[in-house]
Amino acid sequence: MSKVKRPGLWTVIFTIISIGYMFPIALVVINSFKDKVFISSQPFSLPNSETFVGLANYARGVQLTEFFSSFGWSLIITVGSTALILLCTSMTAWWIVRADNKYAKTLYSAFLLNLVVPFQMVMFTLSWLTDFLHLGNPFGLWIVYLGFGAGLAVFIFTGFVKSIPHEIEEAATIDGCGPVRTFFQVVLPIMRPSVVTVAILEVMWLWNDYLLPYLTLDMKKFKTIPIAVQYLKGGYGSVDMGAMMGILVLAMIPVIVFYLVAQRHIISGVVAGAVKG
Amino acid sequence: MKRSLTRWGWLFTGPTALAFMIGFVVPFVLGVYLSFTRFTTVTKSKWVGLANYKGVFSDATFVHSLWYTAAFTIVTTVLINVIAFVVAYMLIKTFRGTNIFRSVFFMPNLIGGIVLGYIWMLLLNGILGYWARSITYSGSYGFWGMVILMCWQQVGYMMVIYIAGLQSIPTDLFESAEVDGASRRQTLFNITIPLVMPSITVCTFLTITNGFKLFDQNLALTNGAPSRLSELLALNIYNTFYGRTGFEGVGQAKAVIFLLIVAALAMLQNRLTRSKETLS
Repeated sequence: MSKVKRPGLWTVIFTIISIGYMFPIALVVINSFKDKVFISSQPFSLPNSETFVGLANYARGVQLTEFFSSFGWSLIITVGSTALILLCTSMTAWWIVRADNKYAKTLYSAFLLNLVVPFQMVMFTLSWLTDFLHLGNPFGLWIVYLGFGAGLAVFIFTGFVKSIPHEIEEAATIDGCGPVRTFFQVVLPIMRPSVVTVAILEVMWLWNDYLLPYLTLDMKKFKTIPIAVQYLKGGYGSVDMGAMMGILVLAMIPVIVFYLVAQRHIISGVVAGAVKG
Repeated sequence: MKRSLTRWGWLFTGPTALAFMIGFVVPFVLGVYLSFTRFTTVTKSKWVGLANYKGVFSDATFVHSLWYTAAFTIVTTVLINVIAFVVAYMLIKTFRGTNIFRSVFFMPNLIGGIVLGYIWMLLLNGILGYWARSITYSGSYGFWGMVILMCWQQVGYMMVIYIAGLQSIPTDLFESAEVDGASRRQTLFNITIPLVMPSITVCTFLTITNGFKLFDQNLALTNGAPSRLSELLALNIYNTFYGRTGFEGVGQAKAVIFLLIVAALAMLQNRLTRSKETLS
Protein backbone atom coordinates (compact mmCIF):
# COMPACT_ATOMS: atom_id res chain seq x y z
CA MET A 1 0.00 0.00 0.00
CA SER A 2 2.46 2.57 1.11
CA LYS A 3 5.38 1.59 -1.12
CA VAL A 4 5.91 2.63 -4.71
CA LYS A 5 8.31 1.07 -7.17
CA ARG A 6 10.20 4.21 -8.13
CA PRO A 7 9.90 6.84 -5.41
CA GLY A 8 12.35 9.16 -7.17
CA LEU A 9 10.31 9.21 -10.35
CA TRP A 10 7.10 10.02 -8.48
CA THR A 11 8.80 12.88 -6.70
CA VAL A 12 9.84 14.30 -10.06
CA ILE A 13 6.36 13.85 -11.56
CA PHE A 14 4.64 15.54 -8.64
CA THR A 15 7.20 18.33 -8.53
CA ILE A 16 6.38 19.15 -12.14
CA ILE A 17 2.63 18.99 -11.46
CA SER A 18 3.02 21.21 -8.38
CA ILE A 19 4.95 23.83 -10.29
CA GLY A 20 2.24 23.79 -12.94
CA TYR A 21 -0.37 24.06 -10.21
CA MET A 22 1.15 27.26 -8.90
CA PHE A 23 1.52 28.72 -12.38
CA PRO A 24 -1.71 30.82 -12.34
CA ILE A 25 -0.57 32.55 -9.16
CA ALA A 26 2.96 33.07 -10.46
CA LEU A 27 1.48 34.56 -13.63
CA VAL A 28 -0.42 37.17 -11.63
CA VAL A 29 2.72 38.06 -9.65
CA ILE A 30 4.76 38.41 -12.85
CA ASN A 31 2.16 40.59 -14.53
CA SER A 32 1.75 42.79 -11.49
CA PHE A 33 5.13 44.36 -12.39
CA LYS A 34 4.21 45.08 -16.00
CA ASP A 35 2.62 48.10 -17.58
CA LYS A 36 -1.14 47.55 -17.97
CA VAL A 37 -1.00 47.76 -21.77
CA PHE A 38 1.28 44.74 -21.92
CA ILE A 39 -0.69 42.60 -19.48
CA SER A 40 -3.47 41.87 -21.94
CA SER A 41 -1.32 41.85 -25.06
CA GLN A 42 1.56 39.66 -23.81
CA PRO A 43 0.54 38.01 -20.55
CA PHE A 44 3.15 35.25 -20.76
CA SER A 45 6.26 37.34 -21.22
CA LEU A 46 8.49 38.31 -18.31
CA PRO A 47 8.82 42.01 -17.52
CA ASN A 48 11.63 43.66 -19.49
CA SER A 49 13.05 47.15 -19.59
CA GLU A 50 10.16 48.30 -21.78
CA THR A 51 7.29 46.75 -19.83
CA PHE A 52 8.58 46.86 -16.25
CA VAL A 53 6.86 49.50 -14.10
CA GLY A 54 8.10 48.60 -10.61
CA LEU A 55 5.45 49.01 -7.97
CA ALA A 56 3.34 51.48 -9.92
CA ASN A 57 0.48 48.99 -10.31
CA TYR A 58 0.43 48.36 -6.58
CA ALA A 59 0.41 52.06 -5.79
CA ARG A 60 -2.43 52.74 -8.23
CA GLY A 61 -4.42 49.72 -7.06
CA VAL A 62 -4.07 50.67 -3.42
CA GLN A 63 -5.14 54.20 -4.20
CA LEU A 64 -8.12 53.25 -6.38
CA THR A 65 -9.55 50.71 -3.96
CA GLU A 66 -8.40 52.18 -0.65
CA PHE A 67 -6.96 48.74 -0.13
CA PHE A 68 -5.60 49.17 3.37
CA SER A 69 -8.88 50.34 4.82
CA SER A 70 -10.54 47.36 3.09
CA PHE A 71 -7.96 45.13 4.70
CA GLY A 72 -8.76 46.65 8.09
CA TRP A 73 -12.51 46.18 7.69
CA SER A 74 -12.04 42.61 6.46
CA LEU A 75 -9.93 41.89 9.51
CA ILE A 76 -12.40 43.47 11.94
CA ILE A 77 -15.35 41.65 10.39
CA THR A 78 -13.60 38.27 10.23
CA VAL A 79 -12.02 38.31 13.68
CA GLY A 80 -15.02 39.83 15.45
CA SER A 81 -17.61 37.60 13.80
CA THR A 82 -15.54 34.46 14.37
CA ALA A 83 -15.03 35.28 18.05
CA LEU A 84 -18.73 36.00 18.53
CA ILE A 85 -19.79 32.86 16.66
CA LEU A 86 -17.41 30.67 18.70
CA LEU A 87 -18.55 32.06 22.03
CA CYS A 88 -22.30 32.14 21.40
CA THR A 89 -22.79 28.96 19.38
CA SER A 90 -20.62 26.79 21.63
CA MET A 91 -22.79 27.85 24.58
CA THR A 92 -25.96 27.26 22.60
CA ALA A 93 -24.84 23.89 21.31
CA TRP A 94 -23.95 22.60 24.78
CA TRP A 95 -27.24 23.84 26.18
CA ILE A 96 -29.22 22.24 23.33
CA VAL A 97 -27.64 18.82 23.95
CA ARG A 98 -27.86 18.91 27.74
CA ALA A 99 -31.25 20.57 28.23
CA ASP A 100 -32.79 18.42 25.49
CA ASN A 101 -36.30 19.88 25.89
CA LYS A 102 -38.87 20.99 23.36
CA TYR A 103 -37.33 24.45 22.91
CA ALA A 104 -33.88 22.93 22.39
CA LYS A 105 -35.19 20.54 19.75
CA THR A 106 -37.06 23.28 17.90
CA LEU A 107 -33.98 25.47 17.91
CA TYR A 108 -31.82 22.63 16.64
CA SER A 109 -34.21 21.89 13.76
CA ALA A 110 -34.16 25.56 12.79
CA PHE A 111 -30.35 25.49 12.73
CA LEU A 112 -30.45 22.41 10.51
CA LEU A 113 -32.72 24.27 8.08
CA ASN A 114 -30.27 27.20 8.12
CA LEU A 115 -27.52 24.78 7.13
CA VAL A 116 -29.29 23.96 3.87
CA VAL A 117 -30.65 27.35 2.82
CA PRO A 118 -28.57 29.09 0.13
CA PHE A 119 -27.82 32.77 0.63
CA GLN A 120 -29.84 33.82 -2.44
CA MET A 121 -32.98 32.79 -0.57
CA VAL A 122 -32.55 35.50 2.04
CA MET A 123 -30.32 38.05 0.32
CA PHE A 124 -33.00 40.58 -0.59
CA THR A 125 -34.88 40.47 2.70
CA LEU A 126 -31.70 40.28 4.78
CA SER A 127 -30.21 43.35 3.16
CA TRP A 128 -33.48 45.20 3.80
CA LEU A 129 -33.58 44.09 7.43
CA THR A 130 -29.96 45.00 8.18
CA ASP A 131 -30.61 48.41 6.68
CA PHE A 132 -33.80 48.78 8.72
CA LEU A 133 -31.97 47.84 11.94
CA HIS A 134 -28.92 50.00 11.08
CA LEU A 135 -26.61 46.98 11.08
CA GLY A 136 -24.97 47.90 7.77
CA ASN A 137 -21.54 48.47 9.30
CA PRO A 138 -18.66 46.10 10.18
CA PHE A 139 -19.81 45.72 13.79
CA GLY A 140 -23.41 45.14 12.81
CA LEU A 141 -22.17 42.39 10.52
CA TRP A 142 -20.89 40.49 13.59
CA ILE A 143 -24.53 39.98 14.55
CA VAL A 144 -25.66 39.23 11.00
CA TYR A 145 -22.91 36.63 10.56
CA LEU A 146 -23.66 35.09 13.95
CA GLY A 147 -27.23 34.70 12.77
CA PHE A 148 -26.66 33.45 9.25
CA GLY A 149 -23.62 31.33 10.16
CA ALA A 150 -25.04 29.78 13.33
CA GLY A 151 -26.26 26.59 11.64
CA LEU A 152 -22.90 25.09 10.72
CA ALA A 153 -21.21 26.05 14.00
CA VAL A 154 -24.03 24.68 16.15
CA PHE A 155 -24.12 21.51 14.06
CA ILE A 156 -20.41 20.79 14.53
CA PHE A 157 -20.47 21.72 18.23
CA THR A 158 -23.50 19.58 19.07
CA GLY A 159 -21.86 16.65 17.32
CA PHE A 160 -18.85 17.11 19.56
CA VAL A 161 -20.72 17.75 22.82
CA LYS A 162 -22.59 14.45 22.42
CA SER A 163 -19.25 12.66 22.68
CA ILE A 164 -18.42 14.28 26.05
CA PRO A 165 -19.42 11.98 28.94
CA HIS A 166 -22.04 13.35 31.37
CA GLU A 167 -20.09 12.27 34.44
CA ILE A 168 -17.51 15.05 34.19
CA GLU A 169 -20.19 17.73 34.31
CA GLU A 170 -22.11 15.94 37.05
CA ALA A 171 -18.99 15.92 39.18
CA ALA A 172 -18.70 19.67 38.70
CA THR A 173 -22.32 20.14 39.71
CA ILE A 174 -21.85 18.09 42.87
CA ASP A 175 -18.88 20.31 43.67
CA GLY A 176 -21.28 23.24 43.57
CA CYS A 177 -20.70 24.65 40.08
CA GLY A 178 -23.66 26.27 38.35
CA PRO A 179 -24.23 25.76 34.60
CA VAL A 180 -22.27 28.90 33.68
CA ARG A 181 -19.15 27.92 35.60
CA THR A 182 -19.48 24.30 34.54
CA PHE A 183 -19.56 25.37 30.92
CA PHE A 184 -16.65 27.79 30.98
CA GLN A 185 -14.36 25.90 33.34
CA VAL A 186 -15.12 22.29 32.51
CA VAL A 187 -16.88 21.90 29.15
CA LEU A 188 -15.27 24.60 27.02
CA PRO A 189 -11.69 23.36 27.58
CA ILE A 190 -12.81 19.88 26.50
CA MET A 191 -14.44 21.36 23.39
CA ARG A 192 -11.17 22.92 22.23
CA PRO A 193 -10.57 20.71 19.16
CA SER A 194 -14.03 21.49 17.79
CA VAL A 195 -13.52 25.19 18.56
CA VAL A 196 -10.43 25.14 16.33
CA THR A 197 -12.37 23.34 13.59
CA VAL A 198 -15.21 25.85 13.63
CA ALA A 199 -12.79 28.80 13.84
CA ILE A 200 -10.93 27.62 10.72
CA LEU A 201 -14.11 27.02 8.72
CA GLU A 202 -15.58 30.39 9.73
CA VAL A 203 -12.41 32.33 8.94
CA MET A 204 -12.15 30.73 5.49
CA TRP A 205 -15.76 31.66 4.80
CA LEU A 206 -15.87 35.15 6.31
CA TRP A 207 -12.59 36.44 4.91
CA ASN A 208 -13.60 35.53 1.38
CA ASP A 209 -17.33 36.24 1.53
CA TYR A 210 -18.37 38.72 -1.11
CA LEU A 211 -22.13 38.94 -1.52
CA LEU A 212 -23.34 39.34 2.07
CA PRO A 213 -21.11 42.31 2.92
CA TYR A 214 -21.64 43.78 -0.55
CA LEU A 215 -25.41 43.81 -0.07
CA THR A 216 -25.45 44.88 3.56
CA LEU A 217 -22.53 47.24 4.14
CA ASP A 218 -22.71 50.93 3.36
CA MET A 219 -20.46 50.91 0.29
CA LYS A 220 -19.49 54.55 0.62
CA LYS A 221 -17.84 53.91 3.96
CA PHE A 222 -16.89 50.26 4.17
CA LYS A 223 -15.41 47.78 1.71
CA THR A 224 -13.94 44.36 2.35
CA ILE A 225 -11.09 42.91 0.27
CA PRO A 226 -13.30 40.88 -2.13
CA ILE A 227 -15.48 43.95 -2.63
CA ALA A 228 -12.40 46.10 -3.30
CA VAL A 229 -11.24 43.60 -5.96
CA GLN A 230 -14.64 43.48 -7.62
CA TYR A 231 -14.87 47.27 -7.39
CA LEU A 232 -11.93 47.56 -9.81
CA LYS A 233 -14.01 45.86 -12.46
CA GLY A 234 -16.54 48.68 -12.12
CA GLY A 235 -19.72 48.95 -14.15
CA TYR A 236 -19.29 48.31 -17.85
CA GLY A 237 -16.03 50.16 -18.32
CA SER A 238 -12.75 48.42 -19.06
CA VAL A 239 -10.69 47.01 -16.22
CA ASP A 240 -7.38 48.58 -15.21
CA MET A 241 -5.49 45.30 -15.48
CA GLY A 242 -2.35 46.73 -13.87
CA ALA A 243 -4.10 47.86 -10.72
CA MET A 244 -6.05 44.60 -10.73
CA MET A 245 -2.89 42.47 -10.73
CA GLY A 246 -1.40 44.49 -7.90
CA ILE A 247 -4.54 44.14 -5.80
CA LEU A 248 -4.82 40.41 -6.53
CA VAL A 249 -1.30 39.88 -5.19
CA LEU A 250 -1.99 42.03 -2.13
CA ALA A 251 -5.24 40.14 -1.53
CA MET A 252 -3.40 36.81 -1.61
CA ILE A 253 -0.56 37.75 0.74
CA PRO A 254 -2.56 37.63 4.02
CA VAL A 255 -4.13 34.34 2.97
CA ILE A 256 -0.77 32.75 2.23
CA VAL A 257 0.68 34.00 5.52
CA PHE A 258 -2.32 32.55 7.36
CA TYR A 259 -1.84 29.27 5.52
CA LEU A 260 1.86 29.06 6.34
CA VAL A 261 1.23 29.77 10.01
CA ALA A 262 -1.81 27.59 10.59
CA GLN A 263 -1.59 24.93 7.89
CA ARG A 264 -1.82 21.94 10.22
CA HIS A 265 -4.91 23.31 11.95
CA ILE A 266 -6.50 24.32 8.66
CA ILE A 267 -6.20 20.88 7.11
CA SER A 268 -7.31 18.98 10.22
CA GLY A 269 -10.14 21.49 10.65
CA VAL A 270 -11.35 20.90 7.11
CA VAL A 271 -11.26 17.13 7.59
CA ALA A 272 -13.09 17.26 10.93
CA GLY A 273 -15.66 19.69 9.56
CA ALA A 274 -16.28 17.58 6.47
CA VAL A 275 -16.78 14.35 8.36
CA LYS A 276 -19.40 15.96 10.57
CA GLY A 277 -20.91 18.22 7.93
CA MET B 1 -28.60 20.08 37.15
CA LYS B 2 -31.33 20.03 34.54
CA ARG B 3 -33.50 22.52 36.40
CA SER B 4 -30.77 25.08 36.85
CA LEU B 5 -29.82 24.50 33.22
CA THR B 6 -33.33 25.46 32.14
CA ARG B 7 -33.12 28.53 34.34
CA TRP B 8 -29.98 29.68 32.54
CA GLY B 9 -31.36 28.95 29.07
CA TRP B 10 -31.74 32.64 28.22
CA LEU B 11 -28.02 33.21 28.67
CA PHE B 12 -26.89 30.18 26.71
CA THR B 13 -29.30 30.47 23.81
CA GLY B 14 -30.47 34.10 23.98
CA PRO B 15 -27.73 35.90 22.01
CA THR B 16 -27.53 33.21 19.32
CA ALA B 17 -31.31 32.98 19.01
CA LEU B 18 -31.69 36.76 18.72
CA ALA B 19 -29.00 37.04 16.04
CA PHE B 20 -30.52 33.99 14.36
CA MET B 21 -33.88 35.78 14.15
CA ILE B 22 -32.23 38.78 12.49
CA GLY B 23 -29.76 36.96 10.29
CA PHE B 24 -31.96 34.08 9.22
CA VAL B 25 -35.49 33.45 10.52
CA VAL B 26 -37.11 36.80 9.71
CA PRO B 27 -35.47 37.17 6.26
CA PHE B 28 -36.32 33.56 5.47
CA VAL B 29 -40.01 33.79 6.41
CA LEU B 30 -40.34 37.16 4.66
CA GLY B 31 -38.61 35.68 1.64
CA VAL B 32 -41.06 32.80 1.37
CA TYR B 33 -43.98 35.21 1.76
CA LEU B 34 -42.64 37.69 -0.79
CA SER B 35 -42.30 34.99 -3.41
CA PHE B 36 -46.10 35.08 -3.62
CA THR B 37 -46.28 38.83 -3.99
CA ARG B 38 -45.35 41.58 -6.36
CA PHE B 39 -42.93 43.97 -4.66
CA THR B 40 -40.18 46.49 -5.18
CA THR B 41 -39.31 46.91 -1.52
CA VAL B 42 -40.08 44.62 1.39
CA THR B 43 -42.70 46.97 2.81
CA LYS B 44 -44.59 47.45 -0.47
CA SER B 45 -45.96 44.12 -1.59
CA LYS B 46 -49.16 42.87 -3.18
CA TRP B 47 -50.33 39.24 -3.05
CA VAL B 48 -50.32 37.66 -6.50
CA GLY B 49 -50.50 33.95 -5.67
CA LEU B 50 -48.48 31.73 -7.94
CA ALA B 51 -47.93 34.31 -10.69
CA ASN B 52 -44.22 34.66 -9.88
CA TYR B 53 -43.69 30.92 -10.14
CA LYS B 54 -45.35 30.91 -13.54
CA GLY B 55 -43.07 33.79 -14.47
CA VAL B 56 -40.01 31.75 -13.48
CA PHE B 57 -40.60 28.99 -15.99
CA SER B 58 -41.52 31.31 -18.80
CA ASP B 59 -38.16 33.00 -18.27
CA ALA B 60 -35.84 31.47 -20.87
CA THR B 61 -32.69 32.62 -19.06
CA PHE B 62 -33.74 30.71 -15.95
CA VAL B 63 -34.45 27.48 -17.79
CA HIS B 64 -31.12 27.83 -19.57
CA SER B 65 -29.21 28.49 -16.35
CA LEU B 66 -30.95 25.55 -14.65
CA TRP B 67 -29.64 23.10 -17.25
CA TYR B 68 -26.32 24.89 -17.46
CA THR B 69 -25.89 24.59 -13.70
CA ALA B 70 -26.97 20.94 -13.67
CA ALA B 71 -24.44 20.09 -16.38
CA PHE B 72 -21.77 22.12 -14.62
CA THR B 73 -22.44 20.35 -11.33
CA ILE B 74 -22.30 16.88 -12.86
CA VAL B 75 -19.07 17.56 -14.75
CA THR B 76 -17.29 19.19 -11.80
CA THR B 77 -18.47 16.55 -9.32
CA VAL B 78 -17.13 13.70 -11.43
CA LEU B 79 -13.86 15.40 -12.39
CA ILE B 80 -13.01 16.77 -8.96
CA ASN B 81 -13.71 13.51 -7.16
CA VAL B 82 -11.84 11.30 -9.60
CA ILE B 83 -8.79 13.58 -9.70
CA ALA B 84 -8.82 14.16 -5.93
CA PHE B 85 -9.07 10.44 -5.26
CA VAL B 86 -6.21 9.57 -7.60
CA VAL B 87 -3.99 12.31 -6.15
CA ALA B 88 -4.82 11.24 -2.58
CA TYR B 89 -4.16 7.60 -3.47
CA MET B 90 -0.70 8.53 -4.74
CA LEU B 91 0.17 10.96 -1.98
CA ILE B 92 -0.34 8.48 0.87
CA LYS B 93 2.53 6.45 -0.53
CA THR B 94 6.06 6.96 0.67
CA PHE B 95 8.20 9.12 -1.55
CA ARG B 96 9.92 12.41 -0.95
CA GLY B 97 7.88 15.59 -0.85
CA THR B 98 4.35 14.23 -0.31
CA ASN B 99 3.68 16.77 2.44
CA ILE B 100 4.76 19.68 0.28
CA PHE B 101 2.65 18.43 -2.64
CA ARG B 102 -0.40 18.17 -0.38
CA SER B 103 0.16 21.75 0.80
CA VAL B 104 0.44 22.98 -2.77
CA PHE B 105 -2.77 21.30 -3.92
CA PHE B 106 -4.76 22.55 -0.93
CA MET B 107 -3.58 26.15 -1.17
CA PRO B 108 -6.12 27.54 -3.71
CA ASN B 109 -8.96 26.81 -1.26
CA LEU B 110 -8.00 29.68 0.94
CA ILE B 111 -8.21 32.20 -1.87
CA GLY B 112 -11.62 33.77 -2.28
CA GLY B 113 -13.85 33.17 -5.30
CA ILE B 114 -13.64 36.73 -6.61
CA VAL B 115 -9.82 36.72 -6.56
CA LEU B 116 -9.75 33.24 -8.14
CA GLY B 117 -12.03 34.41 -10.91
CA TYR B 118 -9.69 37.22 -11.92
CA ILE B 119 -6.57 35.04 -11.65
CA TRP B 120 -8.09 32.61 -14.13
CA MET B 121 -9.44 35.36 -16.32
CA LEU B 122 -5.84 36.50 -16.88
CA LEU B 123 -4.58 33.01 -17.64
CA LEU B 124 -7.48 31.80 -19.79
CA ASN B 125 -7.78 35.01 -21.77
CA GLY B 126 -4.02 34.92 -22.25
CA ILE B 127 -4.22 31.46 -23.79
CA LEU B 128 -7.39 32.10 -25.80
CA GLY B 129 -5.80 35.31 -27.06
CA TYR B 130 -3.68 33.24 -29.43
CA TRP B 131 -6.89 32.42 -31.30
CA ALA B 132 -8.20 35.97 -30.90
CA ARG B 133 -10.91 34.81 -28.52
CA SER B 134 -11.75 35.32 -24.87
CA ILE B 135 -13.48 33.47 -22.07
CA THR B 136 -16.73 35.27 -22.90
CA TYR B 137 -16.65 34.10 -26.54
CA SER B 138 -19.56 31.72 -25.93
CA GLY B 139 -21.43 29.98 -23.14
CA SER B 140 -19.37 26.84 -23.49
CA TYR B 141 -16.08 28.72 -23.19
CA GLY B 142 -17.31 30.09 -19.85
CA PHE B 143 -18.52 26.62 -18.89
CA TRP B 144 -15.15 24.95 -19.35
CA GLY B 145 -13.34 27.92 -17.91
CA MET B 146 -15.35 27.58 -14.71
CA VAL B 147 -14.87 23.80 -14.72
CA ILE B 148 -11.09 24.23 -14.84
CA LEU B 149 -11.20 26.90 -12.15
CA MET B 150 -13.36 24.75 -9.84
CA CYS B 151 -11.17 21.69 -10.31
CA TRP B 152 -8.09 23.74 -9.54
CA GLN B 153 -9.69 25.14 -6.42
CA GLN B 154 -11.39 22.08 -4.99
CA VAL B 155 -9.24 19.09 -5.86
CA GLY B 156 -7.00 19.89 -2.89
CA TYR B 157 -9.92 20.16 -0.48
CA MET B 158 -11.38 16.81 -1.48
CA MET B 159 -7.89 15.28 -1.61
CA VAL B 160 -7.40 16.13 2.06
CA ILE B 161 -10.67 14.38 2.96
CA TYR B 162 -9.78 11.33 0.83
CA ILE B 163 -6.33 11.13 2.43
CA ALA B 164 -7.94 11.06 5.88
CA GLY B 165 -10.33 8.35 4.68
CA LEU B 166 -7.57 6.26 3.10
CA GLN B 167 -5.35 6.52 6.15
CA SER B 168 -8.11 5.31 8.46
CA ILE B 169 -8.15 1.92 6.73
CA PRO B 170 -6.31 -0.58 8.96
CA THR B 171 -3.08 -1.66 7.26
CA ASP B 172 -3.45 -5.33 8.22
CA LEU B 173 -6.32 -5.53 5.72
CA PHE B 174 -3.88 -4.77 2.93
CA GLU B 175 -1.30 -7.13 4.35
CA SER B 176 -3.75 -10.02 4.47
CA ALA B 177 -4.93 -9.18 0.96
CA GLU B 178 -1.33 -9.39 -0.19
CA VAL B 179 -0.84 -12.71 1.59
CA ASP B 180 -3.97 -14.04 -0.12
CA GLY B 181 -2.45 -13.03 -3.45
CA ALA B 182 -4.87 -10.25 -4.39
CA SER B 183 -3.81 -8.11 -7.34
CA ARG B 184 -3.47 -4.33 -6.97
CA ARG B 185 -6.67 -3.89 -8.95
CA GLN B 186 -8.59 -6.31 -6.74
CA THR B 187 -7.29 -4.60 -3.62
CA LEU B 188 -8.36 -1.20 -4.95
CA PHE B 189 -11.87 -2.20 -5.94
CA ASN B 190 -12.62 -4.71 -3.18
CA ILE B 191 -10.94 -3.12 -0.17
CA THR B 192 -9.90 0.47 -0.70
CA ILE B 193 -12.93 1.93 -2.47
CA PRO B 194 -15.59 0.21 -0.31
CA LEU B 195 -13.81 1.34 2.84
CA VAL B 196 -13.49 4.99 1.79
CA MET B 197 -17.17 5.08 0.84
CA PRO B 198 -17.98 7.53 3.69
CA SER B 199 -15.38 9.96 2.30
CA ILE B 200 -16.75 9.50 -1.19
CA THR B 201 -20.27 10.38 -0.01
CA VAL B 202 -19.08 13.45 1.87
CA CYS B 203 -16.97 14.71 -1.04
CA THR B 204 -19.68 14.04 -3.59
CA PHE B 205 -22.17 15.98 -1.53
CA LEU B 206 -19.75 18.87 -1.00
CA THR B 207 -18.90 19.12 -4.68
CA ILE B 208 -22.56 18.92 -5.70
CA THR B 209 -23.64 21.72 -3.37
CA ASN B 210 -20.57 23.81 -4.22
CA GLY B 211 -21.39 23.43 -7.89
CA PHE B 212 -25.02 24.38 -7.45
CA LYS B 213 -24.33 27.36 -5.23
CA LEU B 214 -21.36 28.75 -7.17
CA PHE B 215 -21.57 32.52 -7.43
CA ASP B 216 -18.36 34.52 -6.84
CA GLN B 217 -16.25 32.71 -9.41
CA ASN B 218 -19.03 33.05 -11.98
CA LEU B 219 -19.40 36.77 -11.28
CA ALA B 220 -15.67 37.46 -11.57
CA LEU B 221 -14.78 35.19 -14.49
CA THR B 222 -17.61 35.73 -16.97
CA ASN B 223 -20.38 37.68 -15.21
CA GLY B 224 -22.79 35.67 -17.34
CA ALA B 225 -21.41 36.92 -20.65
CA PRO B 226 -22.10 36.60 -23.52
CA SER B 227 -25.77 37.60 -23.22
CA ARG B 228 -26.38 35.62 -20.01
CA LEU B 229 -25.29 32.35 -21.62
CA SER B 230 -22.73 31.52 -18.93
CA GLU B 231 -24.99 32.32 -16.02
CA LEU B 232 -25.24 29.78 -13.22
CA LEU B 233 -28.42 29.67 -11.11
CA ALA B 234 -27.15 31.82 -8.24
CA LEU B 235 -26.06 34.58 -10.60
CA ASN B 236 -29.31 34.30 -12.56
CA ILE B 237 -31.28 34.88 -9.35
CA TYR B 238 -29.05 37.79 -8.42
CA ASN B 239 -29.49 39.43 -11.82
CA THR B 240 -33.25 38.96 -11.66
CA PHE B 241 -33.37 40.80 -8.33
CA TYR B 242 -30.98 43.59 -9.08
CA GLY B 243 -30.96 43.75 -12.87
CA ARG B 244 -34.60 44.49 -13.69
CA THR B 245 -37.03 46.53 -11.63
CA GLY B 246 -40.41 44.87 -11.23
CA PHE B 247 -38.99 41.34 -11.27
CA GLU B 248 -38.10 41.10 -7.57
CA GLY B 249 -41.02 38.74 -7.00
CA VAL B 250 -39.85 36.45 -9.78
CA GLY B 251 -36.34 36.57 -8.32
CA GLN B 252 -37.65 35.53 -4.92
CA ALA B 253 -39.67 32.71 -6.46
CA LYS B 254 -36.53 31.53 -8.25
CA ALA B 255 -34.72 31.58 -4.92
CA VAL B 256 -37.41 29.35 -3.37
CA ILE B 257 -37.08 26.88 -6.24
CA PHE B 258 -33.30 27.02 -5.83
CA LEU B 259 -33.71 26.23 -2.13
CA LEU B 260 -35.99 23.28 -2.89
CA ILE B 261 -33.40 21.80 -5.27
CA VAL B 262 -30.55 22.23 -2.79
CA ALA B 263 -32.69 20.86 0.07
CA ALA B 264 -33.69 17.82 -2.01
CA LEU B 265 -30.01 17.10 -2.67
CA ALA B 266 -29.21 17.48 1.03
CA MET B 267 -32.02 15.08 1.99
CA LEU B 268 -30.78 12.56 -0.51
CA GLN B 269 -27.31 12.80 0.98
CA ASN B 270 -28.73 12.46 4.47
CA ARG B 271 -30.55 9.29 3.50
CA LEU B 272 -27.45 7.87 1.86
CA THR B 273 -25.25 8.35 4.88
CA ARG B 274 -27.99 7.49 7.40
CA SER B 275 -26.94 10.35 9.60
CA LYS B 276 -26.23 9.39 13.17
CA GLU B 277 -26.33 13.03 14.13
CA THR B 278 -30.09 13.35 14.76
CA LEU B 279 -30.95 14.53 18.21
CA SER B 280 -32.61 11.65 20.04
